[in-house]
Amino acid sequence: MMSKFLTTLQKDWPLLLKAFWDHVQITFFSVSLGVLIAVPLGIALTRTPRLAKRVMAVLGVLQTVPSMVMFGLLMPLTGIGKPTAVVVLTLYSILPILRNTYTGITEVSDGYIEAATGMGMNSLQILFQVELPLALPVIVTGIRLSSVYIISWATVAAIIGGGGLGDLIYTGLDRYNHAIVLMGAIPASLLAIVTSFLIGRLAQCATPRGLRRERHV
Amino acid sequence: MVVFDNVTKSFGNHTVISDLSLEIPRGQFTVLIGPSGCGKTTTLKMINRLIEPTRGTIYVDGQDITKVSPVDLRRQIGYVIQQIGLFPNMTIEQNIEVVPRLLKWPKEKRRERTMELLEMVGMDPKQYMGRYPSELSGGQQQRIGVLRALAVSPPLILMDEPFGALDPITREALQDEIKKLQVNLGITVVFVTHDIDEAVKLADRIILMKDGKIVQAAPPETLLSNPANDYVKEFLGKKRLKVNYDVDLVREIMNPRVVTTTRDKGFVESIDLMRKHNVDSLVVVDEEGHLEGVVTVETLRAVAEEKPISHIGEVEMKQVPTISMYAQAREAFDTLIKENLPFLLVVDNKNRVRGLVSKTSLVKALAAVVWRDDEDDE
Repeated sequence: MMSKFLTTLQKDWPLLLKAFWDHVQITFFSVSLGVLIAVPLGIALTRTPRLAKRVMAVLGVLQTVPSMVMFGLLMPLTGIGKPTAVVVLTLYSILPILRNTYTGITEVSDGYIEAATGMGMNSLQILFQVELPLALPVIVTGIRLSSVYIISWATVAAIIGGGGLGDLIYTGLDRYNHAIVLMGAIPASLLAIVTSFLIGRLAQCATPRGLRRERHV
Repeated sequence: MVVFDNVTKSFGNHTVISDLSLEIPRGQFTVLIGPSGCGKTTTLKMINRLIEPTRGTIYVDGQDITKVSPVDLRRQIGYVIQQIGLFPNMTIEQNIEVVPRLLKWPKEKRRERTMELLEMVGMDPKQYMGRYPSELSGGQQQRIGVLRALAVSPPLILMDEPFGALDPITREALQDEIKKLQVNLGITVVFVTHDIDEAVKLADRIILMKDGKIVQAAPPETLLSNPANDYVKEFLGKKRLKVNYDVDLVREIMNPRVVTTTRDKGFVESIDLMRKHNVDSLVVVDEEGHLEGVVTVETLRAVAEEKPISHIGEVEMKQVPTISMYAQAREAFDTLIKENLPFLLVVDNKNRVRGLVSKTSLVKALAAVVWRDDEDDE
């Protein structure tokens, strides 16, 4: 078993490399788009708390639709291939980031907002100088969660021709070849773990010293 | 400096401030005080438009504040809230420089001002500028909060229970500091508290509120000596009213039983008198009670060893410091302590001996106030 895996790996490593790279790309684009949509949307929702609840509920429902179904639904619209994969995965990446952006900002203590307002900051200044810096660790946690989800869900994207490590897994399953399945599954898991770790470190570095101490002491 | 003209504030059907008219003079320390829900914080926050009045007009420096943009208004008014106000993501320097940055001061000027401010409260700029709020003690944090409000030298500063969360010792120190700064810089301070001791200590004028109305607005002394009604009295508390007004004149605290004698008394008789009253000196007076001097047991004995004494008029008398019975008790205490005297003789307008003030009377006077208060409280 093990030797078979190693032989396959040796023989097919360019295939693995290509799949891995595809996977990274799909994940990266999906999460990046997710951030670009979810962070501003999350900020906007903090200004309209009543709307926020409804939007959050709708997105929560969307999130429960199995990704397989979602791929199926979108295929007639966007065809097959990477673009469809990215669109669907972006949709899924939005919710954790959006939710964390929203809670991160709403949980900034009223005292800070009052102090900032009382000193004459306008709402944009409060957003960029107080709310976002204080909410940043929570937002980054959302991005981290999203990334891990998307790495695993991107394997499913293979069924609509999205490429990536999912390709290897499905090929392996088709041929009853466990070695190929593992060649897709192991790197995917590793990718998720490493990404999670890296973003965690990044979050720590991005957090101002004053906040880091407060959190850990 | 700040004028409220018939200001009313309601939240829905609930009226928090009703028809408030108030003038806060320039350069004074005004304290708004009252039980929670009396509208003191609402009053304060209407000055920098954190809360907008429902009716009425507020003027700052003669200007109707609704005619100024809230953001501009607030940048000209210092604002200090409870401990939490420092931004944890900013260094001390960045925190102090928030308003200067909003007003686009050049970097050099900002830095210079920050250093000046830190030095003003005895904090080493080199040591503190780069630190974060979480690396400072509560007292230091609130000191920075005050400095931040002073950064652009606003003529008016609003403080909303700024020392409420601090321990008593730190609170006292910060109160002294803010009072000193207010006097030295000649700024106007409007200060909200629910602590009457803090109010009496800091205020030039106390505004006591209840249910959105002013009950009494007066300097602390007037409030204490002349409370407008029972509510004010109750709010001030019995203790405070007594402490200030029980101990007043020397005659109220002196010991009226002074052991006196006249020149014609004999040696043995005098020694007996001292022994009987357990004193080591006698006050010599004439027939009408005018003070002549004091003889001590040492001088009497010393003289008696050399020659027999028939009456104590032969002995040299010591002159001792005196104080009028109508003088302030405080003055007597100050003299006793400053000159380190065992006692002060109390005389009336005609230099007749009426009593004596010693360190013991001082302690007794204080004790009387303290014990009597406790009885009342029980």
